[in-house]
Amino acid sequence: MKVGIVQFPGTNCEYDTQHAFTALGCETQILWHKEDSIPEGTDLVVVAGGFSYGDYLRSGAIAKMSPIMKALKIYADNGGKVLGICNGFQVLTETGLLPGALKRNEGLHFISRHHHLKVINNDNGFLRHCEIDQVVNIPIAHHDGNFYIDSEGLNELYANNQVLLRYSDKSGNIDNPNGSVDSIAGICNKAKNVFGLMPHPERAMETLLGSDDGRAMLEGFINS
Amino acid sequence: MKAIINVFLKNGVLDSQGKAVQHALSGHGFESVKDVRVGKQIVIEMNESDASVAKEKVAHMCEELLANTVIEDYDIEIQA
Repeated sequence: MKVGIVQFPGTNCEYDTQHAFTALGCETQILWHKEDSIPEGTDLVVVAGGFSYGDYLRSGAIAKMSPIMKALKIYADNGGKVLGICNGFQVLTETGLLPGALKRNEGLHFISRHHHLKVINNDNGFLRHCEIDQVVNIPIAHHDGNFYIDSEGLNELYANNQVLLRYSDKSGNIDNPNGSVDSIAGICNKAKNVFGLMPHPERAMETLLGSDDGRAMLEGFINS
Repeated sequence: MKAIINVFLKNGVLDSQGKAVQHALSGHGFESVKDVRVGKQIVIEMNESDASVAKEKVAHMCEELLANTVIEDYDIEIQA
């Protein structure tokens, strides 16, 4: 399986992401944002976390103007699988590949810690190895993770099983760290080939480092 | 020609920064403060002579990049 990882100026999770997918036996390639095409045979494109363009203007806003995003839109429109993690999620909402927007955290603090998440839907190529209502422990590290969508958009997300993950405590009770609408941590598009989440599954690959719950999530992409 | 663009969160979208500033002002004895909103101002110098053309171009810039219309509203003032 071939994974492309998008790198903008200011991206800083591309090598963690590369390490995670290499550990899962994937062939990986870093894709500089000036590229105007996605390499032939790419099975998954990950828009990695970080601070593309220093978060200037809005998180992910300037990144959406990069040449690779035009290519990524075409790739996604043709059914190609895309995963946006943290800043990558912000880039995907800014681009319009995912609905909603990410605002400044309600408490205004940058939050960097492990947080539990509850799996809401697993009928997709990302969370298919997770159980519904399963609780996973995944690091979060963001300033602008406050997911916003209007009520009509929210109803649509639920109606189409597009809500992937909600922030919870370890028992699965909803526990909202950043003010996100309905405590939503991750969503997908209607066609279920574009996925975005604020938490970092690529940082949860080893029990030695706190959790390996991210492994089953990322493994969902393999042979899906 | 100069374009001055103000970008604010839409009414109904919680402005956490505005609320924090409001609490800070109230806490410092500015009791008449009713509401605070924090936004941003973008100033663009343009090589345009026609104000309506300039405004149209800036509106396009706002839709494309300067504002996220899912959560933000913008207004444009053109100065000669």
